[in-house]
Amino acid sequence: MNVRDRVAAAAIRTVNRVSRLTGRGSGTVIGGRVGMKIAPDLVTSLTRGRTVILVSGTNGKTTTTSMIVAGWGGSVTTNETGANMPAGHVAALVESKNDHVALEVDEAWLGDTLTSTRPHVVVLLNLSRDQLDRANEVRHLAERWRKALEVHDDTNLVVVANANDPLVVYAAEVRANTVWCDVPTTWIADALSCPKCTLAISHVGNSWHCTCGFAKPVALTAILGDELVIDGATVTLELSMPGEFNRSNATMALTALHCVDVDLDEAVRRVNAIHSVVGRFSVRRWNSHTLRLLLAKNPSGFAAMLATLPDDDSDVWVAINARVADGHDPSWLYDVPFEMLRGHRVYCFGDRRLDLATRLDYGNVDYVVVDEDSSIPASKNTVSVLANYTAFNDWLGRSVP
Amino acid sequence: MTTICILYPELLGTYGDGGNGLAVYERARRRGLDVELISVGLNDAVPDASLYLLGGGEDGPQRLAADLLRTSSFGSRVRDGAHVVAVCAGLQILGLTFCVEGDDEYEGLGLVDVVTSRGERRSVGELATRVDGQLLVGFENHGGRTTLSGGVDALGTVVKGRGNDAKLDGYRTKNIWATYAHGPVLAMNPWFCDEILASVVGAELEPLTSAADLLYQERCRVLSS
Repeated sequence: MNVRDRVAAAAIRTVNRVSRLTGRGSGTVIGGRVGMKIAPDLVTSLTRGRTVILVSGTNGKTTTTSMIVAGWGGSVTTNETGANMPAGHVAALVESKNDHVALEVDEAWLGDTLTSTRPHVVVLLNLSRDQLDRANEVRHLAERWRKALEVHDDTNLVVVANANDPLVVYAAEVRANTVWCDVPTTWIADALSCPKCTLAISHVGNSWHCTCGFAKPVALTAILGDELVIDGATVTLELSMPGEFNRSNATMALTALHCVDVDLDEAVRRVNAIHSVVGRFSVRRWNSHTLRLLLAKNPSGFAAMLATLPDDDSDVWVAINARVADGHDPSWLYDVPFEMLRGHRVYCFGDRRLDLATRLDYGNVDYVVVDEDSSIPASKNTVSVLANYTAFNDWLGRSVP
Repeated sequence: MTTICILYPELLGTYGDGGNGLAVYERARRRGLDVELISVGLNDAVPDASLYLLGGGEDGPQRLAADLLRTSSFGSRVRDGAHVVAVCAGLQILGLTFCVEGDDEYEGLGLVDVVTSRGERRSVGELATRVDGQLLVGFENHGGRTTLSGGVDALGTVVKGRGNDAKLDGYRTKNIWATYAHGPVLAMNPWFCDEILASVVGAELEPLTSAADLLYQERCRVLSS
């Protein structure tokens, strides 16, 4: 580090501390911004000589990153608050000097972050429609990933990529050193038309191909029942967190760790033990209710989370906002298969509860719009609360462990 | 039987556009009308229908949708009077030309005398349009600037947002409604959905209350403040 970098790093630590002390949040982003003003190349100097794993994709970034942190063992530097753009990366990197770094990266910042951090491994989870008012078009993102990977000059980079997501495959196929993972990927609505030739992709069983020749690559990693096979080695996945998508996340996290020579048996034991990630899947109390908080912020995430709900007639609470971090456009509610909730009564919360209620009404799902918290009846069992980004944070804030 | 047909949702369904078909279908079904909702996939022929719905899509899929429709029976069915609701990319496809991948001009279906060029910047945000004295509310996200020829009426005048050109939004012929308000615009605007449905079935409709009434009032309040 040169003098400027050291001044910048000290400035970030100070801003972060002041921000935390004054209760203005964790301070990560504002501190990072201050530091990058002073030394624009700070990310590069802060990651030099450290082993870096990056994680990007529409869904599962935070969970997969925390699985990598846990699985790696020991001290790992990470942006656990979900601040996943350069300012957040810088803020996380100045706080510790660990040799191991795991960062989640906003999809739109992947190219810049590859260049600035020169990671050992980058994990590409999936790409689907999300916050389209900010990111515009998902195929465009896939194109940008592909370009970034094409021009990246570090031939040692290992790409760990989802073989079942055609948009991810389109991006990652340009690298020679790609480890493909055959993981459950149920959302295919954004890759029904081929990213190469726009014709229809045939999805047959666990495979896919297009008439132009673009097809699912041969995977090194696969899930067979509870067994996870990575490069011929077998470990048993017994996750404490629910959902098929978490098995996918864990598989990709463990594959990434395998690529930096972490012992798989040790790593899987530590990953299996994770119960919640920044409040996600946690059981909390609010008034007289016991709640299980589930984050779902876009159609594919919602579809995956709805599939984890108990198959009974229990009440479900859903909270929807459309603030900056959520995307201002809640049109995506019509891409969520809310019809799966028929048979449940759904309580609608959040700034956009009327948008949600309208969607449920057209889907013939029983709903109640909650304008006053006092109108909610007592619940016997644990209530599943599905909420998008800022709504989830609201619920995390108002509930207690 | 009234058939409502969503065309190529794999290509044109980026922003919850399936909500439009669902809303028309539900509002018909709840009034006891004999109605069905179908969708046409990439490898299917375009079937006979009373109402076709076109959504929004990215450049490549938009091109493919235009090509598929060009070689299908869609054009002749529309010329014969079938109704169409087209939003976003769908709006552009029905015109003479539109732009994809930068400024490349691509041939549309030529069913309506309008052309779409690349706008100076992307239009992203809430859209409110005044249509025959009523507000139509929604969200737009597109890069087009659409120009109507002299003989084509706009759907409405822009109150908030950009629409075609910051003044007018969409277009309206006797059997086509087009707007840049994407996705669930029919779900959010029950009066507009019912106006279309009444025209499709050729009869006056019974009043129908639904959750959308409160949502519509709220969005009107927010967007006109």
